[in-house]
This record gives sequence, C-alpha cells and structure tokens, in this order.
Amino acid sequence: MENFIYHRPTKPADAVKAMKDAADGKFLSGGMTLLPTMKQGLASPSDIIDLGGLGNSGVEVGADKVTVKAGTVHANVAIDKGVKKAIPALAALAGGIGDPHVRNRGTIGGSIANNDPAADYPAAVVGLNATVVTSARSVPGDKFFTDIFTTALKDDEIVTAVEFPVPKRAAYVKFPNPASRYAMVGVMVAELKDGSVRVAVTGAGPKVFRVPEMEKALEANFSADAIGGIKVKASGLNSDMHASPEYRAHLVTVLARRAVAAAK
Amino acid sequence: MSAISMKVNGKAVCGAVEPRTLLVQFLRENLGLTGTHVGCDTSQCGACVVHVNGTAIKSCTALAVACDGAEVTTVEGLAKNGKLHPMQEAFREHHGLQCGFCTPGMLMAAVDLVNRKGKTLDEATIRHELEGNICRCTGYHNIVKAIQAGAENM
Ligand SMILES: Cc1cc2nc3c(=O)[nH]c(=O)nc-3n(C[C@H](O)[C@H](O)[C@H](O)COP(=O)(O)OP(=O)(O)OC[C@H]3O[C@@H](n4cnc5c(N)ncnc54)[C@H](O)[C@@H]3O)c2cc1C
Ligand code: FES
Ligand code: FES
Repeated sequence: MENFIYHRPTKPADAVKAMKDAADGKFLSGGMTLLPTMKQGLASPSDIIDLGGLGNSGVEVGADKVTVKAGTVHANVAIDKGVKKAIPALAALAGGIGDPHVRNRGTIGGSIANNDPAADYPAAVVGLNATVVTSARSVPGDKFFTDIFTTALKDDEIVTAVEFPVPKRAAYVKFPNPASRYAMVGVMVAELKDGSVRVAVTGAGPKVFRVPEMEKALEANFSADAIGGIKVKASGLNSDMHASPEYRAHLVTVLARRAVAAAK
Repeated sequence: MSAISMKVNGKAVCGAVEPRTLLVQFLRENLGLTGTHVGCDTSQCGACVVHVNGTAIKSCTALAVACDGAEVTTVEGLAKNGKLHPMQEAFREHHGLQCGFCTPGMLMAAVDLVNRKGKTLDEATIRHELEGNICRCTGYHNIVKAIQAGAENM
C-alpha cells in the first residue's frame, strides 16, 4: 500500500474541507472495501480522510421513518430492536452482509457510496424508497445509484444518513455467492404505506434496478403467484464465473417470489 | 510517522507508525505479538481477527492510526496466569486444529461469538458465524465441536 496523509476530522465541515484541500483524497469509513483496494494498488489516494472521528453512528426509529446514520456498522443495524420491529427486512439484510467481522466494520455510508453491483444495501435504499442525506443535500434513492461503482455523490460530498420510510411489509432475499456472501442476486420487495409496491434487484445487473411489471402485478395482487410468469431479460445482466446472465435472470423471479411470500 | 498508543492485552503500549501501517503489522512487527496471523491479506480468511474495543475485527483491514486509543485483545491475551482460556482448552481437547494457522482467528471469533450469543450454541449457529474464518486443513467439524464445548465452559 502506498503511503498517504491521514486526517481524522471531528466535524463534517472539516472533513469536506480536508477533501477539498487534498490532491486526490478519499473518505474512509469501515475500510472493508477501500483498504483492500489500496493494498492491491487499485487506489493510491494522496490523503485519507477518516470519517470515524465524526462519531456519526446510530439509528433513530420513528413511527414512519427509520434513520440510519452513515457511520453505523452493519452489525448494529442487524441487532437494533427498533429496526427489527419497524423494518425487519432491513435488519435481516444487514445481518446477511459478509461475515461477523465484516459487519463489525463495514458501514451503510461506505456501502452505498461504493455502489458495488453485488452489494446488498442498494436494494434496500431503492426498494424501500429511501432518501440519502449528504453533507450538501438530500437525494432520492432512485437517483443515487447512477452506474456501476458510481453514485450521484460529488468528490467532496459525504453521505451522512439514510432515511427509510417504514413500509407496510417487506422482505429481502438473496442468493449469496458462497465464498464472499455478496449477492449473486438479491431482491427487496416492499409494499409501502401508500399501497405502492417496489421490487428492487441487486447483484444481477451493473447497478440496482426495479422491475415495474412485477410492481404493477403485486399492486393488484400481492402474492407470489402474481409474478410467477414475469421474467426479466437476460441481456445486459452480469456474467462471471459464478453465474450466467440467464441464470441471474431466472434467479430474479425465484427470489422475488420468495420475498413476496416472506414479506412482513 | 504518527505516535499512537493503545492498551493491548491489558498493557499500555505506544509506538510510531506510518499512516499505512495496518493494525496487524503494528501488533506483529512493533509489539512482537506474532500470534495474530496473516492468511490472505485480502479480508477473507479471518486468521487476523482480534478484538478492538470489544468487537471482533480483521486486523489486516484496519489502520493502526485509526485504532489510536483503542483497547485491543489478541490471542496472547486469552490465557490468564499461565492457564489456557476455556476456548483454547476446548480446541486442544477436541482436536480443533491441525497446522494451527487459522487457530488464533478461530479462537478470537469464537470468544466474540460467545460474548454476543451466549454459552449455549447450536451447530448451525456456529457454522453460520464462522463464515469469516477459513480453515484449510483441520476441517470444520472439530472446530465446531470445540467451540460448542468451549462456550459451555466459559
Ligand atoms: C469479505 C467481505 C465480504 C463482504 N460481503 C458483503 C456482502 O455480502 N454484501 C455487501 O453488501 N457488502 C459486502 N462487503 C462490503 C462491506 O460490507 C462494506 O459495506 C463495504 O466494504 C463498504 O463499507 P465501508 O464502511 O467498509 O467503506 P470503505 O471501504 O471505508 O469505503 C468505501 C468507499 O466509499 C467511500 N465512502 C465511505 N464512507 C463514505 C461516506 N460516508 N460518504 C461518502 N463516501 C464514503 C470511500 O471513499 C470508498 O470509496 C464485504 C466485504 C468484505 C471484505
Ligand atoms: S489475513 Fe486478515 S482476513 Fe485474512
Ligand atoms: S488448522 Fe490448519 S488452517 Fe486451520
């Protein structure tokens, strides 16, 4: 790993300033993606701005909204009693990320800023119609993930929290890669309080996407059978040694059906 | 170089590190605590697991500077007064190791698991919780048995 200048600001404004002043700075949260990337020489930032000093961690659960601060580690979302009660699908998703040690370090802010095509949280952000709050503005979940490993964030913008509306019912089901536990395909199905339904798919394509045909069918009839005949197109889906695009397309329907059946 | 200090296995320690120094390097190279192993160096295998402020983390994927002021427990901190920790004893008793390379991480993960989930652990829970710890030779069977027994004796 190349050397860098290390900063540990205690105020968000100082973090933004340190980034503005840096030649080629990077924010650091749990480091579970950034540090391995730097070890491999795929990133060699001039400055590391560690957001750990901001103390921006914790969950607030209200009647209509669950707010997860950006520095909250996956393990704490998974065991939070309030989250388990308000949005059990979100707690379960967080508890299924990687392994215990990864969950003790990896954060929601780092996960969504990174926007790995196989990451779990993007399915929750889009599927639950969440809002991403940053140091500069609020971004609707649908507009946040712009492309593979790319988001709407500017270079000096920090994710500070994610606000999840409490749905009527929801479930997340993933087919984990047996080695890494990342999603080969993961599907979040949610019926929101206004009766609208969202189906958000991660792992299958270059970035999280919705399946409008399934959403419409489920709004008319929220049952697994209502979407049994709806398939997504394989073209454009991810292809790697683990699964072909056709297999991933097949999994989308299988997992969406399971998520509908499990929604609570 | 940055000056850092920590409490490692109950003892106050300090040192000067480069920002890029990993926690595992600080433990092994600066402090000589070579019980913590580096298996993969890519955050997968769990051989490097230590406890930082009470939670299990992969020390190959944490900056030492970021752990300034932390309380760290390594495998060397498990035994007390020359007596093996119940989890270590159980690994010996149940043949939970062959080459021993993964063992420090297994032990630290196992103790963390008991701290979180209590002393009564079923096999499925233990196997699920070991997803971040890879063993390439003993086979998991005896590791799982050892953890189940060690947990009961903790
Ligand atoms: C073995 C292993 C298995 C994993 N399995 C899974 C899995 O099954 N599912 C899954 O979803 N993930 C998985 N992960 C990823 C992990 O859970 C983290 O979510 C991920 O590494 C990013 O979070 P982090 O806090 O570690 O971010 P970092 O690594 O610190 O940062 C990642 C990127 O985000 C930027 N960043 C960080 N915080 C912010 C912020 N607040 N604002 C703006 N930018 C920011 C950084 O600059 C960097 O570019 C796995 C990781 C490992 C090592
Ligand atoms: S050496 Fe740290 S996870 Fe393998
Ligand atoms: S005992 Fe040899 S790797 Fe586990």
